[in-house]
Amino acid sequence: MPTRAFTSGVQTVERALVVDPGQRVPGRAAGFPLRREGPAKLTGAAKYTDDLVFPGAWHGITIRSTEAHAKLVAIELDPDVDWSKVVVATAADIPGDNVVASIKDDQPVLVPVGGVIRHHAEPVALLAAPDKETLRRLKGRIRLVTEPLPPVFDPEQSDHVFAKYEVTTGDLALGFAGADLIVEGTYRVGHQEQLYIENNAMIAVPGDDGGIVIHGSLQCPYYVHKALKRALRLTHVQARVIAEETGGGFGGKEEYPSMIALHASLLALKAKRPVRMIYERHEDISATTKRHPAIVRHRSGVTKDGVLVAQDVEVIMDGGAYCTLSPVVLSRGLLHAGGPYRCPNVRLRACATRTNTPPNGAFRGFGAPQTEFAAEMQLNRIAERLEMSPAELRRRNVYRLNDTTPTGQVLRESVAAEEVLEQALGASHFERIRERTARESAERGGSGTIPPGPLRSGDRRVANGIGLALGWHGAGFTGSGEVYIGSIASVELTADGRIRVLTANTEMGQGTKTVFPQMVAAELGVPSDWVEYAPQDTAEVPDSGPTVASRTVMVVGGLVIRAARRLKAAVEERNPGVPFHEAFRDDAKANGATRIDQKFEAYPGVVFDDATYVGDAYPAYGWAAAVASVEVDLDTAEVTVRDVIAVDDVGKVIHPVLCEGQVEGGTLQAVGYATLEEMKVRDGRYLNDRLATYLIPTAMDAPHIRTILVEAPFSGAPHGAKGVGELPMDVAAPAVIAAIHDATGVWIHDLPATPERILAAMHGDRGAPAA
Amino acid sequence: MELIHRPASAGTAATEARIAIDLVVNGERVALEVEPRRLLVDVLREDLDLTGTKVGCDTSSCGTCTVHLDGRAVKSCTVLAVQADGSAVRTVEDLAPDSEHLHPLQAAFVEHHGLQCGFCTPGMLMTALDLLARDPDPSDGEIRHAIHGNLCRCTGYQSIVASIQEGAAVMRGEPPRTWTEAHAAPRSTAPAPDR
Repeated sequence: MPTRAFTSGVQTVERALVVDPGQRVPGRAAGFPLRREGPAKLTGAAKYTDDLVFPGAWHGITIRSTEAHAKLVAIELDPDVDWSKVVVATAADIPGDNVVASIKDDQPVLVPVGGVIRHHAEPVALLAAPDKETLRRLKGRIRLVTEPLPPVFDPEQSDHVFAKYEVTTGDLALGFAGADLIVEGTYRVGHQEQLYIENNAMIAVPGDDGGIVIHGSLQCPYYVHKALKRALRLTHVQARVIAEETGGGFGGKEEYPSMIALHASLLALKAKRPVRMIYERHEDISATTKRHPAIVRHRSGVTKDGVLVAQDVEVIMDGGAYCTLSPVVLSRGLLHAGGPYRCPNVRLRACATRTNTPPNGAFRGFGAPQTEFAAEMQLNRIAERLEMSPAELRRRNVYRLNDTTPTGQVLRESVAAEEVLEQALGASHFERIRERTARESAERGGSGTIPPGPLRSGDRRVANGIGLALGWHGAGFTGSGEVYIGSIASVELTADGRIRVLTANTEMGQGTKTVFPQMVAAELGVPSDWVEYAPQDTAEVPDSGPTVASRTVMVVGGLVIRAARRLKAAVEERNPGVPFHEAFRDDAKANGATRIDQKFEAYPGVVFDDATYVGDAYPAYGWAAAVASVEVDLDTAEVTVRDVIAVDDVGKVIHPVLCEGQVEGGTLQAVGYATLEEMKVRDGRYLNDRLATYLIPTAMDAPHIRTILVEAPFSGAPHGAKGVGELPMDVAAPAVIAAIHDATGVWIHDLPATPERILAAMHGDRGAPAA
Repeated sequence: MELIHRPASAGTAATEARIAIDLVVNGERVALEVEPRRLLVDVLREDLDLTGTKVGCDTSSCGTCTVHLDGRAVKSCTVLAVQADGSAVRTVEDLAPDSEHLHPLQAAFVEHHGLQCGFCTPGMLMTALDLLARDPDPSDGEIRHAIHGNLCRCTGYQSIVASIQEGAAVMRGEPPRTWTEAHAAPRSTAPAPDR
């Protein structure tokens, strides 16, 4: 495995540094470690949860509601079945509290008899049997007796509020009074399914101590651990969670795994043997969390010179039937709702309500892709009304150093919005191509005009378009989240002379197992493959927080670097004059193990008041721009996304190739969000709950993506990194919709821009609202 | 090797009767008795412990279960085990003896980061090898066409296409290239076919 020892520490740069690996900086990627678990994944040796064998294990399934809202009167077992050969578990079998521990403890592990079913596919009972065939046979022999209750499906009609926030600055009325132009818009986005290729999978193994060991596909071992302790009344030691190889997460394995682990555990405790709960795709889509649907209303005031003077934004998110993470998703959505633009008079309001649909939860971007789509639509529409280039409008408003956000946060450092904007414009030849597409559309006889008569053919049928979007993404947790959870990460020199990194942060493809050893190796001055990454097992690693919010490299990586520095100092102090890489083996022999636990400390000068929403909402922001080029078939309204230029400021690039992989993957998910991915909902039930009907981009749908990485370091992190996972998800969708407008002349306000919606808009109708 | 194709018995779906089948799996002869409804992927994973082949959906959409049946890529979730009777099955486990001695295509996926979570990877490899057996020097567009029944949610597909290009070159006898070399001069710039 080739490695390269590279210099530690952060280079202080006056302005953002553009990193274009392999191109403008030849050889940049050379020597960075290869994906550590790559060979195992390529040979089939890597063990994902369903690949693990536990002798004597039974299979478990979940009996789910078929109604959106009903009282559960009884659970009836068919008397003609011999139920003694299998295990059935209900809420009555839960030893502790019947809640899936989360922000609000409103979601039951299983709906109790006498309780209320609040959504379709809600777990009501569990069944385990020695084989899958028995499960299939008996599943239909458990009958739920219910009394229907009136459901609520419209989040605006719901009177149950999960969370509500308001942020104001300046004087809105005064702002609008000074505006030359006021633009209003309503934008709707629907559910989006994470669609990790590995379905949710969990195996519970009962322990001799009355406890449970969970082997699972999951992002957050300690979330599951907390849920087990609460509902099963287990001690810290009795509950043990091991993250196995995980086939993608994207937020979808942030909170729902707690539910599945509890289900598998209840069956395992009752059956007194290991129980496997491996979801099929149909169950995974129909029951687990999605990206929150949202309605975003904008009213913006600008001067004729294109200066934003007033922004009034209202965000409504559909939380689904239970709270899950809705308050924090909403919060992030709200805080990004104005876009990365300076505005003196702002009111941002946001509300998440309960509906009788499956709960929504975390998905890459966590509320920001919804509201930033709306913000960028609004900017692009304002530019059109002002007959100004969308690039120029952004130049006039984009955040610069020392600007103030609506929460009163002064952007004291690490502001690269202009840099990413200019990079994207330059690399895409945005203005030149925009002139060309405008000329083409004029030659066609007006954008979007559909002449009567037969279908067109040849060149006249395809319209080209180019679109721009700009975005920002608060780095790490919102507000005082990091202080609240107080993560601990460790680096250890073992008694037998091995170096180990211990964190609870999981590998789900993004590269944790590769970059953490790389970062520690760089600090210690040893090759990367000398550093081990301990398994994500709660019996072994400290709680370094969940693997979410693009926080792994930024926050936990910062802790790991600090721990490595302290370890190096400790060893070198005991061995004066000998560098760590020469001293550590003998030092371990002489002194035994040295373990450094590094606890998170608040970033200096970063203060946020969670009650008033005033202050530094995030310690720093990542900045992103995307320019998309599309072709639209004017007869069928089919969209081909040809190219996306993705420019992302991540603070500090730790591993250029893995970083680029994050940008490419996030960009394609955003392209899918913009054009393809639509969850149809009827009576609270997902209609297209299979992979044959919920479509994600294939290799044929994927555009060419060119990534340009920018570094504007964050001084609070020892390496300057701000995270990358979510950033690209915020910008590509509005860029694609702007490109479709450039090609056709119509704005699609509701995602996704399906051919049906585009045709309806081209024919003069408003597209049907997103479900 | 002589392979005998025996049609699966008709009308057995309702019975629990097991049917004897003979397979050659990764070069080894395997005799099994299976229920008529049993899927090939379940036999591979559960009876033969070949868990490199994955299951990602229930509608033949994702392609992560792709194996070779008599040399051609098939989705093993859509093949009944009895349909494979008399056939040669090749799975990802057969590509390399261990992780130190990778097949050139696997080695290219490592060097060119053609995977993230890795769950689609075995199927991606088997589909790509089927393509390369028929066309040792495909364009990017032909590669995208070949793998469009194999879904990846992590990568954006670019690194997969690049890995297949680099692996194909090595299989044709060209020397392997590093990531940096490949990025400085991509092998193929042919656009994706019209869709």
